[in-house]
Amino acid sequence: MTLAPANVLVRRGAAASASLLVVFLVAWQWGPGWLGIPTFIVPPLSMVADEALRMWQVNHLLLHTGVTAGEVLAGFLIGSLMGAIFGYLLGMSPTAEVALSPYILALQIAPKVAFAPLFILWMGFTVYPKILVAVLIVFFPVMVNVLTAVRTVDPDLVNLARAFKATRAQIFWKVEFPSSLPPMFAGLRIGSTLAVVGVVVGELVGGNAGLGYLLSFGEGQANTPMVFVSILMLTLVGSVAYVAVILAERRVLHYMPARMRATLQ
Amino acid sequence: MPPTVRLEYRDVTMQFAGGGQKAFTAVSEVSFSMRDREIVSLIGPSGCGKSTLLNIGAGLLAPSAGAAFVDGERVTGPNAHVAIMLQKDLLLPWRTVMENVLFGAEIQGVARDERRARAQALLAAFNLTEFAGHYPYQLSGGMRQRAALARTLAVDPSVLLLDEPFSAVDAQTRMVLQRDLALTLQRERKTALLITHDLLEAVTLSDRVLVMSRRPGRIIDEIEIALPERDNPLARRQDAKVQGYVARLMDRLDIGSTADRSAPRAAGQDSV
Repeated sequence: MTLAPANVLVRRGAAASASLLVVFLVAWQWGPGWLGIPTFIVPPLSMVADEALRMWQVNHLLLHTGVTAGEVLAGFLIGSLMGAIFGYLLGMSPTAEVALSPYILALQIAPKVAFAPLFILWMGFTVYPKILVAVLIVFFPVMVNVLTAVRTVDPDLVNLARAFKATRAQIFWKVEFPSSLPPMFAGLRIGSTLAVVGVVVGELVGGNAGLGYLLSFGEGQANTPMVFVSILMLTLVGSVAYVAVILAERRVLHYMPARMRATLQ
Repeated sequence: MPPTVRLEYRDVTMQFAGGGQKAFTAVSEVSFSMRDREIVSLIGPSGCGKSTLLNIGAGLLAPSAGAAFVDGERVTGPNAHVAIMLQKDLLLPWRTVMENVLFGAEIQGVARDERRARAQALLAAFNLTEFAGHYPYQLSGGMRQRAALARTLAVDPSVLLLDEPFSAVDAQTRMVLQRDLALTLQRERKTALLITHDLLEAVTLSDRVLVMSRRPGRIIDEIEIALPERDNPLARRQDAKVQGYVARLMDRLDIGSTADRSAPRAAGQDSV
């Protein structure tokens, strides 16, 4: 069987990965003590776990995680939908692209997180400024990838469809849209992790809910374990978003050779 | 009763505005017609406008002067009488082989059951039935070209326009595909215009070969291929007369003297 070596490789890799995790956790628990690092700099694993339990009971950790996750989801969905729509429109209208490209470029270069204070001035300490920062940050990778994909569809494919008397709508739905999906998913993968960045910056800047709020609250109290817990939960939220995109990609792009698809790194 | 004319080019001239520079003429006053069930090959040097003629026939390009007619109707745009097939298989990677074969019929709104039945018959004819549910990347180059040919036939065109359909596959696969094409065209009673650079392919597959000149492309020769067994190009290859036809085509295409002509250009490239 030709598959056996590949399986063995995957199993070996997974085993190495698991043992690396054990080594990391052990180093985290006892490393700081051995090296004489104070617990307010690097709290050991058990201290962080205790803090997580305390936050769960006292600080509504689940609620704050839920708020952040909800903002990430909303920002990601709206941002990628708008990115895709603009990508298709600009991809199909070179005139519009030429007209708008300097402004799009300027917006793309501007650090999106810098808009957070502005959005909070506009919308107050609500969830909306956080979502808006995420929307802005997710928009670009998706739009750029879709735009490029639409622009680079093989013109012979379009001509083939035209020779079969395809309408403009048929060309879009049967040729252009499906061929833009692989690059779009690449954009969505990037967007899913960036959405977390956008939301957490918004929460850091102002508000009283979300993991970003807990992060700055913990910092204010010099509660290092709390900061660690918040970072871990943010990583968890980002991972769930990323894995969700990967699973969706596998379903949608099932027709592609396995080696062409993204792997769970 | 006079034979039916399937495809006709009448004084077709095509000029392109050459990217800000002065316009160039790709083809100039080309006229020829094809009878029902005839297979005609079009050969000529690169850039002589063969593909342009094909695109005009498919309705993808509008000629600057003259017109193409299919089944007596003037071609004004893409139409259901003709179907094209290119060197690239152009199979859609997200569709299975079956769905790819259905692509054209689906666009043209052929009823679902009818197009399914037709596609199944074509897949069977091309030995692709067991691969109906496979995706293009799982197929060999030869199978992909057969799937592309099945897709072309699935819309039941009266004329097939084939632009170097087998030039991207290896020599052995090409011979098999040539046989498949010849058999299929015979069985389905189709008319076909074939562009090729392979002189042997032109001679063994066709009833008639048209030779085009350098740009601006004109038809400079027309050779009737008086060989038996048009549906068996492999047998035709063995025919003693084939070499004579190929030699005549080489002569008409100036093959031999072109080597001398391109020599200074190659030297120029070396000096860069």
